[in-house]
Amino acid sequence: MAELADAAHAAAEHGAEGQTVQEYITHHLSYLTYGKFPDGQWGLAHTPEEAVSMGFMSIHVDTMGWSVFIGAAFLLFFRYVGLRATSDVPSGIQNFVESIFEFVESQVNSGFNYKNPHVGPLCLTVFVWIILMNMMDLVPVDWLPEIAMAVGGLWGLEHMSFKVVPTTDPNITMGMSISVFFLILYYSVKNKGLGGFLSELAFHPFGKWMLPFNLIIEIPTLFAKPVSLGLRLFGNMYAGELLFLLISGLLGAYQLPAHFVWAVFHLLVVPLQAFVFMMLTIVYLNAAHEPAHGDH
Amino acid sequence: MELILANTVLGVLLVLGMGALGTAIGFGILGGKFLEGSARQPELAPKLQASMFLVAGLIDAVTMIGIGIGMWFTFANPYLGQLAG
Repeated sequence: MAELADAAHAAAEHGAEGQTVQEYITHHLSYLTYGKFPDGQWGLAHTPEEAVSMGFMSIHVDTMGWSVFIGAAFLLFFRYVGLRATSDVPSGIQNFVESIFEFVESQVNSGFNYKNPHVGPLCLTVFVWIILMNMMDLVPVDWLPEIAMAVGGLWGLEHMSFKVVPTTDPNITMGMSISVFFLILYYSVKNKGLGGFLSELAFHPFGKWMLPFNLIIEIPTLFAKPVSLGLRLFGNMYAGELLFLLISGLLGAYQLPAHFVWAVFHLLVVPLQAFVFMMLTIVYLNAAHEPAHGDH
Repeated sequence: MELILANTVLGVLLVLGMGALGTAIGFGILGGKFLEGSARQPELAPKLQASMFLVAGLIDAVTMIGIGIGMWFTFANPYLGQLAG
């Protein structure tokens, strides 16, 4: 297996072992970045330092590719099952999809008390997409990057980094949470009016004579929602992936039982984080649909 | 440079340690309340369990953010970059 080969390699170079492990971890933590080099040319970054030097004008090709691929696979699969759904005795696959659908539906029905046809599909997408992206973390750390390096070798790109878990990229998680934030703002303004929304910020929880204190409390609360929503998912998945990397880099031949134990722990975190993201989306959108209080 | 590295190590350890402390105490109180509640009303246990997992995910949040920041400082220390540049 790839990890045993790497472990043997690292153990053999005992003199420079710290450096090897450091390089291994840094290699696995950097993205396949396509962007603008400091001298103005566009291309793939060859080292992590080059990737950092590209700054804002760069895109993480591996993350974008995997997230779009996983999202498309999920949508196509659910559509396939949905088109062939029968109200007769359901097949196994239809049962499976229906159980996921009913789970999300029960959560949305209990948490969201207003009429909006977009919330259900949004929460289903968020839940299943995040679960599928998180599950990429359970594939052993070296397998997919080694395949990518072998394929990239055809184009001379053997040393490119390749990260397969999109939710360890804060771009993806913050992208999702900022989209939810825009939905919160849009529905807040639509249901309360712009004046109602701003007066809720200004006049809650104290009266209008405490306006500065209200704003100091309400505005960070408002912005903490997308930041915490995105960073919670990112932090959990990044820590999980980093622990896999540390186990495979540092433990030599004893990594297989440790990998197994940590994977079992991680199996709890994977759907839990998707569930938490979905529940918070429901709760925030529910609060956004509440009509403004008339007595302020 | 050694001073920056040494202090970074201490800082990362504090972030991880205090995060772990807070999370452990929070989970302990949460689990204890769940056990108490489900002992009082066993028929509510599934609903309580679902809510417990939700709150557990929320308690983990800032700790995980701290871990992410700690790992960033360990492997890509921005203060070293300032020294070099």
